[in-house]
Order: sequence, then C-alpha cells, then structure tokens
Amino acid sequence: MDELLEFLEELHPDVDYETCDTLIDDGILDSFDIISIISEVADMFDVTISAEYIVPENFNSAQALYDLITYLEDEG
Amino acid sequence: MQFVSYGFLLFLTVVFIVYYLVPGRFQWMVLLAASYVFYLFAGPKYLIYIVATTLTTWLAARQIDLLKNRQDVYLEENKKSLGREEKKLYKAATKKKQRFMMLGALLLNLGILAVVKYTNFAISNINAVIGLAGGEPIGLVSLVLPLGISFYTFRALSYLIDVYRKTIPAEKNVFKFALFVSFFPQLIQGPISRFNQLESGLFTPHRLNWKRVSFGLQRMLWGYVKKMVIADRIVIGLTTMTGDTATYTGAYVLVEVFFYAIQLYADFSGGLDMAIGAGQIFGVTLPENFERPFFSKSIKEYWNRWHITMGAWFTDYIFYPISVCKPMLNLSKWSRTHLGPVLGRRLSVYLSSFAVWLATGVWHGASWNFVFWGLSNYLVIMVSQEFEPLYRRFHQRFNVDGNLLYKVFQVARTFLLMGFLRMYDCYDSVLTTWRMVAGVPFGGNWNVLWDGSLMQIGLTTADYVILAAGILLMFLVSMSQRSGSVREKIHAKPFAVRFVIWTTLFMAVLLAGAYGIGYDASNFIYNQF
Repeated sequence: MDELLEFLEELHPDVDYETCDTLIDDGILDSFDIISIISEVADMFDVTISAEYIVPENFNSAQALYDLITYLEDEG
Repeated sequence: MQFVSYGFLLFLTVVFIVYYLVPGRFQWMVLLAASYVFYLFAGPKYLIYIVATTLTTWLAARQIDLLKNRQDVYLEENKKSLGREEKKLYKAATKKKQRFMMLGALLLNLGILAVVKYTNFAISNINAVIGLAGGEPIGLVSLVLPLGISFYTFRALSYLIDVYRKTIPAEKNVFKFALFVSFFPQLIQGPISRFNQLESGLFTPHRLNWKRVSFGLQRMLWGYVKKMVIADRIVIGLTTMTGDTATYTGAYVLVEVFFYAIQLYADFSGGLDMAIGAGQIFGVTLPENFERPFFSKSIKEYWNRWHITMGAWFTDYIFYPISVCKPMLNLSKWSRTHLGPVLGRRLSVYLSSFAVWLATGVWHGASWNFVFWGLSNYLVIMVSQEFEPLYRRFHQRFNVDGNLLYKVFQVARTFLLMGFLRMYDCYDSVLTTWRMVAGVPFGGNWNVLWDGSLMQIGLTTADYVILAAGILLMFLVSMSQRSGSVREKIHAKPFAVRFVIWTTLFMAVLLAGAYGIGYDASNFIYNQF
C-alpha cells in the first residue's frame, strides 16, 4: 500500500489519499491519470487491471484501488 | 419523421394518450411499437439494419451471459473437487468463448456501419489514386444510410460490451432490448445512452405525473426555440458566407467561427432538449449530453462538457481497452525503461488518444475534413497536456487562479480555438479550410465587422435583433443552470410569471421561428452522423 500511495502522491502531490474517497467523482483523477496508475500497478504488483475494472468505485480512493489489486492478485 | 414537424407533434400526442391509457405493464410495448412506427416513417428499407443490429447484439449478449451462468454452476458444483489451476483454466476457456461471441457481434455491426457509411468514401480515395495512375475510376455504389445508424449501433455495442464485462446482466426479453436500441426520442441524434441508464425508466410502469409531463414539454419547447429561432436563422448568414469562399475571406471567417459555434450548439443541444424532454414525458430519463460547454476553460474540459455521451463511449470502449491491453502495457514498460519515466508514462496515452480521436473524426463523417478535425483536436489536447506543468507554474507565479478576468480569457481562448477547429465542417475540403482559416489575419477587411457588410449576407436587422435576444437568453439560461434546474426555479414562481415565460417562448417559436425563408428547418446537423 505504501508503494502505491507514494506513486499516487507523485501524480497529484496536493491530494490527501488517506482520506479522499472521491478521486473520480470530484475529477481529481482523469483518464490519463488512470492509465498511468494501471501501467505502474502492472509493474509494481504484476497485476493487469483490464478495462472492465475501470469503474469509478475502483478508483475513487487509494484503498479501493488497493482492494482491487488484492482481489486481482487472488484471482490471478 | 423529424422532430421539427407537425407530424411529429401529432405522433407524440397519440403515443402519449395511448401510453397513459394502457395498463402499466404494457407501456413499454407501446413505446416499442411507437419507435418502430417512427422508424418506418424514414422508410421501410432502413428497418432491416436496425433489426439486424438488435438481433445480433441481443443473441451474442445472451450467449455470453449463458456461458457465465454455466461457468458459475459448474464451479459451484465442483468447488471441492477442482483445484485452483483447474478453476483458472475453466474460467479462461469460458472467457475465450465469450470473447469470441462479443468480437463476432462487434465486428459484424461495425462492419455494417463501415459498409453503409464509408464505402463511397473508400471508393473516392481509391479513384483518386487510380486517377493519378491514369486508370478508369470505379463507380460509386448506391447505399442507403439508415437513419441514426451511428447512434443506435453505438448504443447496442455498449450494451454488448457491458454484458461481456459483467457490468450488467443480459436482457432476456429481445423486445425489451429492441426498445432500448430503438427508443424514438434518442433514435436519430442521441444521446448515446447505456442500457443500465434507461432500463428502469423504460420498463417500469409510469403513472401520469403532470409536473413531469409539463417539465418534459417545457424542455422540448426550449429545444424548439434553440433550433428554430436561433440555429435555423443564423445558418442563413453562415451558408451565404461559407458558400462563397472567394468573397467571404479574412474577417468574415471570424464571423463564421462565431456563427457556426452558435448554430451547432443551438441545433444539436436543441435537438437533445427535444429528445430528453420527449423521454421525460414518458417517464424515461435520458442522460444529458451538454454541460454548458462554452464555459470551458480548456479543450479537455470542453470535451467533457460537449456531446458527453459520445465522449464517454469512446473513453470506455476505445481509450481504456487500448490503453490497458497487454501489448500497450508492455510498450509502456519498455518505454519507461528506455525513454525515461516521463515520456514512458505518456506514450500509451498518446497512442490510445490518437486512436480515439481518429475514430471520433471518422464517426462524425466519411470525409477527410472529419479525419483532420479529429486529429486536430488530438494535437491540441496533447500539446495542452504537455504544457500543463508550465500553465500550473504560470498560474502560481502570477496568482491568476480564481481571477475572474483570467477565467474569461481562458473561456474566450477555448471558444475561439474550438471554433477554428470546427471550421472543417464548413468547407468542402481540408485545404480550403486551412486557406480560409490561415487567411483571417491577412484579409485586410476588418471594416466588414461594422460597415454594414454583415447586412448583405441574408440576415436583416430584425434577424440580428432576434438572434441577439436568443443568444442572450441561452447565455442567461446557462448562467442560471449553474445553481440548479431552471425549470424548477420557474416552477416556484407565481402562475402569472410562469404563464408569461412559457407563452413568450411558445410565441417566439411561432412568430420568430425561421419559417419559409429558404431553409429546410427539419434537418438537424447531427442527423447526418
């Protein structure tokens, strides 16, 4: 999780990822950010987030994203 | 049958009466019958296309869903005996069959769209090459372009992909699915709704709710005002100018930019107001397609607020799948290692965005103008993206964030930039567009803006007064929308005020609509797409 948070903070340094759960709803992350995150996640965790998982609820918070990664790792 | 016709108003009235007379469980059937009657008015020959799209996507989606159900049952029954690897293999085999079904239906329907829409464009280009070699040109083919094919195909495909992605379950009833594809208010120019957005509205019984019906009619009326009073009037001056590229150069092109922006917005958003209003009359909430786009401060923001459902479609079904497919992720990884983290991270976004904007251009029409229009948008967005850190530093350095004057500058800049890009729609070729746009500063005719020359383009003083009033009204409505629904605000006013407002708009359509002045008011710009 720390690694993920570090990368997210690099993307938008002004966002508090520990508390924010409206990253998509409030337009903080756009489609370009999402692609950057997915590329980074593929490297960091060796997990592929396919297009079907790109829905707001999976990207609205760092925790939701981390839960998705964990789920995909288990599905693996 | 076009929205701007007495026939449509009569049709809507009949459907409305029947819809609220029949028991609730039959209401969706009334809408289905009405939608097919509406489509039949365009010509029976078109029917085969929409029926084919409906049946193929429904069948494929049902098969995908059945495969998933079969897999769930099998895994449940054998959960103790199957190992992790065996389960994975079984799931992979199911996924492969599902992908085959999905791609089959997808390619078939995109193939139909490509053949009817782009065959002659392809032949023209082949002929151009043959002509260079001195050969005999191939004859163009006579193909009917089914009404609204780009819109209903995209709607059907979004459903198919959503079922494949398990975002929604497949609809078991083919007739209900047929209604989603053909629902008449959104048939000819959108919005490109998703199945889960419309499902509840289309298939839940609705009781007559006068507030909802009157809100729907008011929305339609506002659409008629935009279309008939503003768009159909301003287009007279616009076509005079764009039709004579030898005379109307320089400063005139700047006027065309402004005129076309207003015409396209009033025409397209007006048509969508009619569609959304008509849907509301039947208790069906169609998604919004515009969110005050001319208030955008950047091109990227503009595209989040203009033709929203199309943008979302391209993002969800082209941009994301291309960006996150295995080869693209591998390329991204390679480029981050070899080209550095900054460029590496962006490469996949740039390539996917290129595909999206190429597709957006081609979707709009079979001509090089639209291809260049799409790619010009791409170029501007990518350049803006690259300059983003620079802008941020500039904003911080000069403390302009939140400054009203700077916001006005950003809005005006976006309006002008988008306006110039839109000029590809107005001329017959890419080269003419470049020549006309590039010639703006060198026309040496700025005086035409104030010396009365604009009174010679087919618009009278009365037309300009009506247009000014209409544009001002659109602006005020947009400003008011920022703090909530305008209709709700009007609804809260005393009866006399409401009566004056709606009667004035009604009379505006009757008296100030652009009737009988040499323009076919029934055609919407987006019908051709």
